[in-house]
Order: sequence, then structure tokens, then C-alpha cells
Amino acid sequence: MKFATPAGANPIDRMAIVGRAHPRIDGPLKTTGTAPYAYEHQHLESKLAYGCIVGAAVAKGRITAIRVHEARDAPGVLAIVTAQEAGKLGKGKRNTAKLLGGPEVDHYHQAIAVVVAETFEQARHAAGLVHVDYDRTEGRFDLATALEKAELAIDPNAAPAPKENRVGNFEEAFAAAAVKLDASYTTPDHSHAMMEPFASIAAWNGDELTVWTSNQMIDWGRTDLAITLGIPKEKVRLISPYVGGGFGGKLFLRADALLAALGARAAGRPVKIAMPRPLMANNTTHRPATRQRIRIGCDAGGTITAIGHESGSGDQPGGSPEAAVSQTRLLYAGANRLTTLRLAELDLPEGNAMRAPGEASGMMALEIAIDEMAEKLGMDPVAFRVKNDTPVDPEKPQRRFSERQLVRCLEEGAERFGWSRRNPRPGQVRDGRWLVGFGVAAAFRNHLDMPSGARVRLGRDGHITVETDMTDIGTGSYTIIAQTAAEMMGVPVDEVTVRLGDSAFPVSAGSGGQFGAANATAGVYAACVKLRDAVAQRLGFNSAEAVFADGRVTGGNRSAALREAAAAGELAGEDKIEFGDLSKTYQLSTFGSHFVELGVDSYTGIVRLRRMLAVCAAGRILNPVSARSQVIGAMTMGAGSALMEELAVDKRFGFFVNHDLAGYEVPVHADIPHQEVIFLEEADDKANPMKAKGVGELGLCGFGAAVANAVYNATGVRVRDYPITLDKYLDRLPPVD
Amino acid sequence: MKPFTYERASSPVEAARIVANRPGARFLAGGTNLLDLMKIEVETPTHLVDVQDLGLDRIEETPEGGLRIGALVSNTDLAADERIRRDYAVLARAIVAGASGQLRNKASTAGNLLQRTRCPYFYDTNMACNKRSPGAGCAAIGGVTRQLGVIGVSDKCIATFPGDMPIAMRLLDAVVETVDGEGRRRSIPIAEFHRTWGDTPHVETALHPGELVTAVTLPAPLGGKHFYEKVRDRASYAFALVSVAAVIQPDGSGRVAFGGVASKPWRVEEAEALIPLGAAAVVARAFEGATPTDDNAFKLPLAMRALAFVLSQAKS
Repeated sequence: MKFATPAGANPIDRMAIVGRAHPRIDGPLKTTGTAPYAYEHQHLESKLAYGCIVGAAVAKGRITAIRVHEARDAPGVLAIVTAQEAGKLGKGKRNTAKLLGGPEVDHYHQAIAVVVAETFEQARHAAGLVHVDYDRTEGRFDLATALEKAELAIDPNAAPAPKENRVGNFEEAFAAAAVKLDASYTTPDHSHAMMEPFASIAAWNGDELTVWTSNQMIDWGRTDLAITLGIPKEKVRLISPYVGGGFGGKLFLRADALLAALGARAAGRPVKIAMPRPLMANNTTHRPATRQRIRIGCDAGGTITAIGHESGSGDQPGGSPEAAVSQTRLLYAGANRLTTLRLAELDLPEGNAMRAPGEASGMMALEIAIDEMAEKLGMDPVAFRVKNDTPVDPEKPQRRFSERQLVRCLEEGAERFGWSRRNPRPGQVRDGRWLVGFGVAAAFRNHLDMPSGARVRLGRDGHITVETDMTDIGTGSYTIIAQTAAEMMGVPVDEVTVRLGDSAFPVSAGSGGQFGAANATAGVYAACVKLRDAVAQRLGFNSAEAVFADGRVTGGNRSAALREAAAAGELAGEDKIEFGDLSKTYQLSTFGSHFVELGVDSYTGIVRLRRMLAVCAAGRILNPVSARSQVIGAMTMGAGSALMEELAVDKRFGFFVNHDLAGYEVPVHADIPHQEVIFLEEADDKANPMKAKGVGELGLCGFGAAVANAVYNATGVRVRDYPITLDKYLDRLPPVD
Repeated sequence: MKPFTYERASSPVEAARIVANRPGARFLAGGTNLLDLMKIEVETPTHLVDVQDLGLDRIEETPEGGLRIGALVSNTDLAADERIRRDYAVLARAIVAGASGQLRNKASTAGNLLQRTRCPYFYDTNMACNKRSPGAGCAAIGGVTRQLGVIGVSDKCIATFPGDMPIAMRLLDAVVETVDGEGRRRSIPIAEFHRTWGDTPHVETALHPGELVTAVTLPAPLGGKHFYEKVRDRASYAFALVSVAAVIQPDGSGRVAFGGVASKPWRVEEAEALIPLGAAAVVARAFEGATPTDDNAFKLPLAMRALAFVLSQAKS
């Protein structure tokens, strides 16, 4: 189905099932521990061997010797694979650094060997007996230094694009502005720190490879595994029905899957590998640190006349920049504009996508800058944002937003939150030991079109089965897909079985970039249209007029049970959603507002959130329960990025030092009190037949800045370097005695 | 993890004798620290002697009016004990400020005293560490040091003692009781139990090889108001940036000890005389000779401000 013109009325509009709160259908499996995750597939148990990854002990250099004889002689060892044994390997399209290093080492903890043994304990023990000599060389580990010589780069999501995005004459307009802000901000490297580690089981059957893994994008993983192994894609099957969190870390083929495949080939046995937690931060990808400069010029009335946002980040050679300026091109009006990205080469581990790549880091800076500018103007920060709203793409005024409810998000949020109670003078509100502050930020995240396929079958018993390689990474895909098929076919949700995460199924959008829900359900919609046609034809209805409801098909003065259509044999519909130019003609984005109240301890400087509100306008909300879970989870991640998350770089040895969950702190329950989420009514007919967009990342974009702005309101201390930890402002708190 | 053998001892003396006579042998109690470190080969014992079933899990009143806490009393049970909560509130509060409920269920009193540093360079066997490998050097010095120590450290090691419970025990002048393989008993004042690093950061306590902690004795209650103020980046389940244990008497005198700052629970008795002068005076004296890094220099004003809060609460 080609989606090239705005959606008209369609069966989803009934919203009898879609759009209703429905608990996750996979919830009981997960809460009882019976949903099999990648490491837990049992059927190969008797033949399984275990792999343990050896990570490089240096960040940059060359392996001069790997001595494996002691490991090979250790009890239970079946095989040891290094780059030398593995032979020539390709590199996946979406991998920057090699997944199996050697003799060159590209980054710390890059995998350089896998040891396969009869038991996990034996493999782990033997991995410790692999002795490696390195010729360690100097590396580039300091972003600030590396950026001094870095070139301008192209936003990978906007390519082809100029290296500088300019409108009008930014420098002149900024120089002439009545009120100016010129400030610099930094965000650190972030780890995905998902609960389920990277894990895979690989089994060869002749030249055919099956991998049970934990991956967000089945077809990307399958493709890159085939490329890396140098075998036809058709020989590779990836299965990933449940994913215990990914946040972008599992968008790509990673070392666990590749080394399980290589280890299984060498050992002649199926091999399972889970990546140990201390290896994850440096072995896999991370959200790259940014250094951002924002300049905003306004006239005296608070209208933005010039806005400039320049961001620099680093990556392995051949990598890409963190597109932290993408929202600044679209969020606020302003006649003169400049946005650039700069990319430095670093020898730290590979930077790549983490939840809301680009906007998450960019909004952390931009929305502090907007708060600072509002203060310079003596304006309320909500009013300043409202004043500079734009109904069109500010770079291409002929392009309108398909839907844009930013102003309503801000104003309704302000009303619901009690924003008028905020004291605009910072550092004024006390509650015992606590300095209390309010903060606001806009939320913004683009919507992305992705083709997505599905197959929907009507069984002889009337039961509906949906098959697609879409993944459920804890987001609720199973449930919203079941709701979509149930709505389309006119059956209850429990008459629908959803099967996901298998490369044997039609290729879907996958889970990433908050594009999964809207595109994958649109693909299911398309397949259901095909199946409805088949049903109508079998039962002798006019497909265009037939109504599917209550397990029946009705048309004209006639009605038949849906299951009758399959009485003589199963029917199936398979299709995929594809997109025309609507997302070029219109700008498709999601909007929101974040409001935060917090306390800063006037003695110790610790920050404790008190309450949070997000108001979101993101197209049709397919399931308010799972959508809310996405938003509060994103807000929680935003709280982490605001207050504690930082991969600490040792600039001498070139690695992330705090590479476990004791050192890399993410919020715990005690950090996250009252959260509220409001979804504004919206159906975006330019997006897809579901009239839905993404929401899973919107809740993150801007939240950190709302926290930063609240800390400022509480204390009068502006912190521009995340995370906002007390050591950065303790000396600026009121004196104590 | 290296292969190891395991046995259960039948008495404290037998456990001590086995460990003393067998190189590479270690005691195993709750295992919440030791087993984690074995998995990453920071600890590589060849033999574990399980001491969990030796009857060391009782809390008894002493003739002196204090309490004798068995070495295997769990953190959860100790913090919940009515006498501890009533008479040694600083200890109960320190315990529940540490770790998580699950860990406190398993962690023992002696194990908590003996927990090892959380310095990330100690945890990464690719990095030089004088604790893991005496003489190898210290990768932490000059590295990422925000969490590390400001006093009681040396040019060989700047790690901290990470615990909470022992900070309160130091404040209370607890005494560590031990037995060795010959049945000889020792009582070690907690002030002498943990060491400053000096040139031998791998020697962390006053215990002799094979000596087993059997109990921790608390003197009679101090009275006064009890505080345990723990400052950390998140609200729970995090090691202290700085913690302050204090008991303040109605006359304004008191005791104070600090955690998260030093090689050991940090208490300087001479500084306590300055409590009536305020937090700045106490901290200046208690941290005389501190050698902070650029990354952790904030711990000094933070200790002062945390103590200032405690003293303000003591007055109210």
C-alpha cells in the first residue's frame, strides 16, 4: 500500500479497540518469567556450548601476540576464535568499528577473541587464560581537543544536505539584535544501560545459520550478520521475540551475535553468549558527548531575529556526528538562522544512536538557552516560546507542519501544572532545607516514515494471526498490533495472535527512532486491507462497503460470520506500507511540553524531583496505557541524563571508567516521584492510515532541560554542563553555618 | 572466575585454622562483595570456607550494657533490631542507607566491615592497582577520581572505604572480636581495625591471615540525637559522595565520623571538641592534611555543609 495522499476515513477511525487502554498482552509472560529472552531459548539446551568474549585491554594499538595454549588446554574448552582464526570477515553497513578486532585494536574492550566451552564457568575461566601482548599507541580521547581541528559534517539523517544550514544572514542579525545570548553547553557520553544484556544463541545447520538474539531491527541485523560472515542473507535467520530494553544499543549487529556464530562454527555446536555487564559500556555503542554553542538574538519585544546552534561530537573514524541541532532547524521562528555539526575523530568506543539521537542532546542545550533568553528579556519562558512559535518550517516557509500543537501543549501544561505559582525570581522559594524551583521546556521529536510489512492470516477457526519481523522492546508492540488487527478485522483482541521478531516474517519498520509503533501498525493495517479484500471476495461482499465488526462481515442487507470466509481454507493478506512525498511536502513532527518541580538541598546541593508533567501531541495515541509507559520511561531517562548519567572518560587510557551499573548511575524508584502525562487529541492524516506518530522518544526530548531550568529557578545557579551534579555548583549555593 | 573448592566449617576456630593453613583460602559469609569480585577475577581464592552456619548470628546484651552483634547477623536483621533502633539509631540509619533491601538481606556484619573499595580502577583488571598487585602502581591517580578519597590516602592508593555501617560503628567506638586457628581471641577497637593506605594499600585491616571476625561489640548507649546524613547522586542504592554520622548531646557536645572520604571510617576525636564552634571548624580540623584531587575537592565543602545540616537539626 502506497501512502501518498492524506488518509481519508478508514476502519481505524471507529477507535473501538485502537486508542483504548489495553494492558500489554505479553505482560503475564514477562511478569511470570515465561517470555523467553535471547539467552533463554531452551530447545537446544542439550547441545549448547557457552561462549565468553575477550575484550581488548588497551584502547588503541596492535596485538603483537595472543597466546591461547593455556586457555585451549583448560577444562571443557571446545574452541577459541580470534580474528586470525575467523579469517576474512566483512563489516556490517551499520557498524563503524569492527566487531572482532585484531591485530589492530580500535577501542577499549573491543572483542578480540571468543572462548567456547562446555559450561559458562569453563568458558569464563578459560577467557581469563588468554594472554595478549599489545603494542599500545597514542589515541585521541579528549573531545574538546579533537574538535579544535575537526571539520564540518553533514547530518546523516538529512543527507544530502549542505554542511552549513543557513537562512538569511545570521551573523549580521545576531550582531544587530537588541538582546543577545551566546552560551556553550556540554552533554556527556551516555550508556544505554538496558536491563537485558546483549545476548545471542547461534546454531548452524549446514550452511544455514539461526540466531536467537536481542535486537531491535531484525532485517538490519540479519543483513549485517550475512555481510560480516560473507554468506547469503537468505542463509541467515534472526529470531528476537522479546527484547529486554534496547534504547538504540540493539539497533545493530553486535559482537554477541557475530561471536556466537563464529564460535558455533568453530565448535560445531550451538553457542550462547551473553555480554558481561562490565564489557557493555566500552564494547558496544553509546550516545556521544556533545559540545554545543547556541546564539540567540531577539528584538526588544521578544521576537527571535537570529538563532544559531553549532554542535560538535566525536566518533571512531568513519563514524557520524550526533545531530544535536536538528530540532533547532524546526522548533522556533527566526528570520536568520545557522546550524552546523562538527565531527572529530576519536579512539573512544563507537558512538551511535541512543533514544532520540540528535534531539535528546540538542534539546538539553537549546531549551536551557531558551530559558536563559526569556530571562534576559524579562519574559515568562512559556510566553517566550509561544511568541516564537512557527506554523511552517522556518527554513522552507512553503512547508507547513502536518500538525503542530506546541502552543497548546505549553499552555495546557502551564494550566495543569500550576505554572502561575512559579516565582520568576530564582532562589526565592524555601521549604525547610529545600530550595524549590519550577522548570519548563518544550518537547520536540521528528516523526520518521519507514516502510513496514506484515502478513495477517484468518484461520479456519476464525482466529487472526499477525506475523511481522517487528520487535517489542518493552514498548507494547504486541498489544498495539493486536489492537490494530482486531479493529480492522472486527474481532476482539483475544482473537488475535501476534508473532514478532523473526526474519522469516515480512520485514517491518523495526523499533527505533520512535518510528516503530506508527509504521509497524500501518503495515499491519495494509495487510489487513488485503485480508479484508480476500474475505469479502470469498463471502461475496463488496469489499469497499463491507463492515467488519463483532466477528461478522456485513454489507448491504447481508451478514456473515468472519470465520465462514476461512471455512474452506485459511486466508491470508500480506502487504507493506510505503510512503510517497507527504513527509517532504509537510513537516511531520511530534510536540510536547515538560514541567518539573524539584527541590535542591540548600545544604548539600542534592536535587530531588517532586513532580513532573508531560503534555504530548503526537498524532493518534494507539494505546494510552503503553504510550504513557513510554513517556514516563522517557522522562525517567531524561531525569537520569539531567542529574546523574555520564560515562566518565579516562583521557589517558581512553576508556569509559564507570563501566558497570554501580558506577554508571541511572535513576532508581526513589528518584522518580509523581509523574503525569496528558495526550492532546490529534489524528495526523499526513502521517499514515493509522494517523499516528511516535511518542516513545518525545518524552525524553527537553525533559533534561526542564530539570536544569528548575534547578536554576530554585537556586539562581545556571549549570550548562550535564549532568547537573552538586560538585558543579556547591560553591554557588547560599552559605551555611 | 577461577575454579575453587568449597567447604563448610563446623566451628569458628576450625574455619580460622583451615584458612590460616591453606594459601588462597578465604572465608565466605553473605558473599555479596566477594563473589562479585571473583567473577571479574579481582579476587581469586582457591578455596572458600563457608562460615554461615556457625551460630554467629545472634545479638546479645553485654554485662557492660552494650550489645554484642554476631559476625553473621544480616544487615537487615541488625537494622531492624529494636535495641539497635532505640539505642543506636545512627547505626540503624547508616545500615539502611546502604546497598539495597535484597543485598542487606544477605550481607553480614563482618562482611560489611570487610567490604573492599569501589574504586573503578580496582575493579578493572586491565588497570594498574597496588591493592590487587602490590607494586604495580595506581591507575586511579591522575584518572577519574570524583568518587575517590581525600584523606587517609597515599601516593600508592587513593581509594575509599565505601561502607556506611562501619562509619556508625566507628562513631560508637565498637570493638571487633576475632578468633584465630589456635583459638586465641582478640578485641580490636574499630579505630585500629581499618588502616590508612600508606605504602601497603593491599593491607586493609588489622586482621592476621586466617583470623576470623566473630562479633562486633557496642559499648553502652550514648544517648543524644543520632544522625546519618548520606549525600549521593541518586536517592538510593548509591555509594556516598560524603556521609556524616553524628551523635549530638543536649549540651552541644558530640561525636562525628565521615564516610566516602577516606581509606577508613574517618573520625578525628580532637575535631569533635570543636563542634560548638560549628561545622567549618570541625571539618577543618578533621580534614587537616587532606590531599584532594581537582575532581574530588568538593568533598571538603560538602562534608562541611552536610555536617552543618546535622548540627542545625541537632539544635532544633
